[in-house]
Parts: sequence; C-alpha cells; structure tokens
Amino acid sequence: MNGTYEEAELDLVVTHRTAEADGVISLELRDPKGADLPAWTPGAHLDVVLAPDLVRQYSLCSDPADRSVWRVAVLREPDSRGGSRRVHDELWEGSAVRVRGPRNHFTLAEAERYVFIAGGIGITPIMPMVAAAEAAGAEWTLAYGGRSRATMAFSGHLAATYGERVALRPQDEYGLLDLGTLLGTPDESTLVYCCGPEPLLTAVDEHCAAWPAGALHVERFAPKGPDAPVLGEPFEVQLAQSGVTVTVPPQKTVLQAVEEAGVQVLSSCQEGTCGTCETPVLAGTVDHRDSLLTTAEQAAMDTMLICVSRAACPRLVLDL
Amino acid sequence: MNSDTMADAKTPALDDDPFGHDILTDPYAFHARLRDTGPVVGLPRYGVLAMGRYAEVHASLQNWETFVSSRGAGLSDFKKEKPWRAPSLLLEADPPEHTAARGAMAGVISPRAVRELRAAFRPFAEELADRLVARGTFDAVTDLAEVYPLKVFPDAVGLPERGRENLLPYGALAFNAFGPHNDLLEAALATAAPVQEWIMNSCRRESLAPGGLGARIWEAADRGEITHEQAPLLVRSLLSAGVDTTVYGIANSLYALATHPEQWQRLHAEPPLAKFAFDEALRFESPVQTFFRTTSHDTEIAGVRIPEGTKVLLFLGSANRDPRHWGENADSFDITHQAGGHVAFGMGVHQCVGQPIARLEADLVLTALATRIRGIELAGEPVPKLNNTLKGWASIPVRVTPV
Repeated sequence: MNGTYEEAELDLVVTHRTAEADGVISLELRDPKGADLPAWTPGAHLDVVLAPDLVRQYSLCSDPADRSVWRVAVLREPDSRGGSRRVHDELWEGSAVRVRGPRNHFTLAEAERYVFIAGGIGITPIMPMVAAAEAAGAEWTLAYGGRSRATMAFSGHLAATYGERVALRPQDEYGLLDLGTLLGTPDESTLVYCCGPEPLLTAVDEHCAAWPAGALHVERFAPKGPDAPVLGEPFEVQLAQSGVTVTVPPQKTVLQAVEEAGVQVLSSCQEGTCGTCETPVLAGTVDHRDSLLTTAEQAAMDTMLICVSRAACPRLVLDL
Repeated sequence: MNSDTMADAKTPALDDDPFGHDILTDPYAFHARLRDTGPVVGLPRYGVLAMGRYAEVHASLQNWETFVSSRGAGLSDFKKEKPWRAPSLLLEADPPEHTAARGAMAGVISPRAVRELRAAFRPFAEELADRLVARGTFDAVTDLAEVYPLKVFPDAVGLPERGRENLLPYGALAFNAFGPHNDLLEAALATAAPVQEWIMNSCRRESLAPGGLGARIWEAADRGEITHEQAPLLVRSLLSAGVDTTVYGIANSLYALATHPEQWQRLHAEPPLAKFAFDEALRFESPVQTFFRTTSHDTEIAGVRIPEGTKVLLFLGSANRDPRHWGENADSFDITHQAGGHVAFGMGVHQCVGQPIARLEADLVLTALATRIRGIELAGEPVPKLNNTLKGWASIPVRVTPV
C-alpha cells in the first residue's frame, strides 16, 4: 500500500535462532554469500514472505550499524492464522527465508528527550530506538510492560545495558503501566514512542491528549498483512450526529454498516483512493487501510476513509 | 477495425447508432435494450463492442491492464490512427506512465487541497443565487450552470480573464472527439483552431497566476514529479476535463430537481442533502455517458470472447441505471438514494481526479439555492445539448419561488 518501489526483495538464510522468552524466538538473518544487507533505521520492519499469500511484517531489532545481519523477534500467537506459527515451526538455523524491505513507518525523530513505552513483543522496534537515543546522548526512559517477566524478550539485556533508564513492569507484579505518571506532564522537547497491543496504544493516545500535536508516535506490534485487519472481531461505530451505533462485523466495511443503518453517506471509489467518503473521527483508533491519506494524516487519527479503513479499537466515534 | 476482429458471431448485436441524434437526446430506452441484449453487445455500425450493465462496466473500468486507455478513450485507436491532439497524460495513458502524472495531479487537487478552496468558492455561489432568485425566472444552464464553474474554476487554476470564452468550445471539442467523425465533431472542429491555440497558450507557465492549481502543476514539475514538457499537458487536462463536466453536472442536477418537485422540497427542508442530490443526479443523468477502452490482449468477459485490439464502448450512463445493480428504482430520481458506487466519475485508476472539485462546486451552488428557494419548476421547454460523449442541456428555463 504505502511501500516504496526501491525496496529490495532478498533471499536470506537464518544463521541463528534463539529462544528469547516464553513464546518468543529471535532469528538472525544474513545474506547466504555474506553480502551487506540494505541500510535501515530504528523503527523499520521487514516483510517476511512465508508463502506467496502469507506475508508478515516484523520489526528489526538489531543494530543498524551492523550491515551483515538482521534480527527479528517473533511471538507465537495462540490464535495465529499461520504467520507466527509458521515462523516458529519452520524457520530454523539454515532455513532459507525471503524478505522484502526494510521499510520504516515508525521513524525516530530527533529530540532532546524521549519516553519509550513498549508492551510485550512491541519491544522489538523500540530496541534499536533506545540504542540510538543513548548513542545520541538524549535523555530517555523506557517503560516495558508484559504479562509476566518470563514473557518479556530482551528484558535482561535491557536492564543490564541501560540500568535505571529501563523500568521493567511485568503485569503480574506491577499491574498495568502507570501511564498517568509517565505521561502526566506534557513537554515540548519530549517525543513519545509506543509500540504494543491495541489497548495500550489507545490508553497512551488518551494520556497524550494534552501533549503537543506530533509528540506521540505509535506502531502496532505484529502488524498484520495488508489483507488482515488489526481487529479480527466485530467493533462498534457510534455515529455522533445521528445518534446511532452500528456493529461492524469483519466481513463488512464501515461504509456498508453505516448505509445499512439508513444513514446517508457519500462514497465513490469504495477502494480507499478517491477520498469522497472521508469522515471525521471524534474518538478511537483507526486501522487505516486507504491509499490516499499521508502517513501524518493517518497518524493524526482524526479522519478516516470509511470505505476501507476499520477500527483498531472496540469502538470508534464518527462525526456522522 | 473490421468484422474479422469482432467477437464471435454468436455475440448479440444492435444496429442502433449510439452517436445519432435520437439516442444522444434520449438514450435511456436504448440503454435498457442494450442491457437486456447481453453483457457484451456488438455495435456493427462502428465495429465495436459495447457494455451497458453495471457489473461489466464497473469491472472493465477497474481492469486497466486488459481495457487500456493508451490506445485512446474514444473510438479512434491510437495504435492505428494519429490522435487529433497530443494524448492526455491521464485519460489516454496506462500505468506506469499514467501513475506519475496521476500522482502529480492528485497532489495538486487532493480532497484536502480542495477543502481549502471552499472559502474562495462560496461567495460567488451565494451572490449568484441571490441574483437569480431575485429575478424569479432564469435559465439554469446559461445563467447558472455555465456561469458558476466558468468563474470559480478558471480563477482557481489561475487562468487569465481574457479568452475564457474558449473553455466551453474546447471542452465540447474534446468530448465530441471521443465519438465518430460525425456532424457534431465536424461542427466542433470548424471553430477549433483559435480555441486550441488559446488553450495551449494558457497552459504555459507564464500564463498561470502564482498559487493557482496550474502553477502548482508546474511546481510539481520543478520537484521532478513530472517533466517540464509534461506540465502544460497536465494543465490542459484541468481545462478540458474540469469545465464542461461540472457545467453539465450542475445543469443536470437542476433539471432533475425542477422535474421532481417533491425532491426539491426535501432538499429545501434539509439543505445539507445538497451533496447527495448532486451524487444522485450524476447517477440519474450522467454528464459523461460513455468512454471507450481497447483490449490489450485476447480476453473473455461474461463468456464472450473479445480479441486483442477491440474497441469497447462502456456506457457509464446505462450502468448507473442498471436495475440489476440498483434495483427496481434505478430509473427514479431520489436524493435519498444510496448512489455511492455509481460510475459517473469512472472507476479504478482513471477515476476522475477532479471529483472533489466537482462535488465542491455543486454542493455550494445547490446549497445556496436550496436555502433561498422553496420550489422550482420548468418555465419553458428545455433544449438538449448534443455531444458525442456528454449528456446535458443547452437551455433549462426555470421559475423559482423564493423563501
């Protein structure tokens, strides 16, 4: 969708496989002939082509300066539709793997201070970010949450390398991340980077409401292929003007659900290109799937093309 | 093209002339026959195939690889005949060449950029509405539909005031030229030379006011999105595709509303319906009735074999009234219809890039009228305006009842 034409397609080989935590493995990928891999920056991800119709995106979590190797870490998702299961079951040391990219929709902008927040496997893009922030001499903190200590990949390395900058907060010991304290004081020279599960992103988004526009940068962990929505289940869309709330099941678009509720709405191309159905979003997080809005417009979460885009949270409120 | 490049002998055919005056004046009975005859129908008079049903028209518009535009969006096959003008970078091109030009144009007239035009476009809509309502009777075409777009759009492009009278004849020529070399095209060509010269001069950088849409196309060339040689052709696309279409669209909306008084009452009661009224009018009486495509390879559509190099005439106006898609009310005009998905702007990669501007203009005009007028009716016999591609009116005399 938003890929660039310059991206490479590479046949690499798995040179190392490590169990990083409960359910998480990391894979080191190298060129079979030892050639340098394309350059990348923190926040970048790869498309891993597991089968012609099964492509998954995984963030790079190694050191960008080391062009000889890439590392990705993959959580085995219990309800996986095949992506992470295949990685876990089929990719071993010596396995060939085809990848595309890297691409970066989650770039690290320069700032004096950073607040990094990671939930679970969302730590992966944050790993090279904290390294870059450290190298740049920025002030930074990382709050890293997970279900339990044993599920949190790279926690030992992070604590050992960065000491008190890193707060490890397994949920079974500490409860949910204390976002009120972390994000309580908006600061113009601080940028917030967050990757993790949807509820965390939504909560962080809410806590950042008072922050300057553009301060918050988020990426969903384990972003799914372009054909799979973020939410595999129905979600609700509340239409503020009409006072109607509709449920959107996976097989329907927001546009269809709104039309079926008898609310008139303009649309034209119905494939996310023309912009006719663009609708203001009053609350909620959007799973943007259009080809028209810029990355910044999408990230603002204040508008969406309802013909293709969906909710990335249980409930969206639209100005309809 | 000759008969040996036509599809199978079994393909049903119709003898009608879709570019004859009768069908151009009132195409709807022919459309119904075309749809009922089959998904793909031969038009032996022109050695082409036609599609009139929504499903096939919609699918063919989206399938730009099989139904290419680079061989012309008209009857003439650019592979065999020299085009009458340098081909359009948008309408008469395929990806990948099309992609860069489209991207540059989409950047210049994105929905967001167009939203910024609203403030500049509104005052004249209100001023014109005030003036016309005060008169009580007026011509919805010559006093309104031709006046409003011809002011706000060239202003937005940044065209000089002088010579704007050339825009309508140029549009008429461009849209007639998609059809056969008939009397309509002859008449348009008769006055073409000075018109074309003014148009091409207006596309030059020095003719275009800074900050306008035209100048922004040149800036896209400065940024390397397109070449400087392409810039004037892309400006030309604004001028050939951006004027007549909106004139016809606004006029057709007013015709539909004036002949459906209960729909006007609805609009008057709820002026925010204006944008839906326009969309429904585009479906009900589509300004652009037809476009051609050319098959790039042998293909099969709905069981009909179509050889490479076949000109296929897509009836957008017919698809928009196909009961197979729209249901039994396909032929009725109802501003609360869900008209979304109609193909009046085309569909797929070639879908009208100026769509948001057309919608903006119509919304402002219809809203301004809806708030000022309680009722509208015909005050005389409307006069059709014939064009090989466009369906519309030369004159629609109306009488209005002010609030």
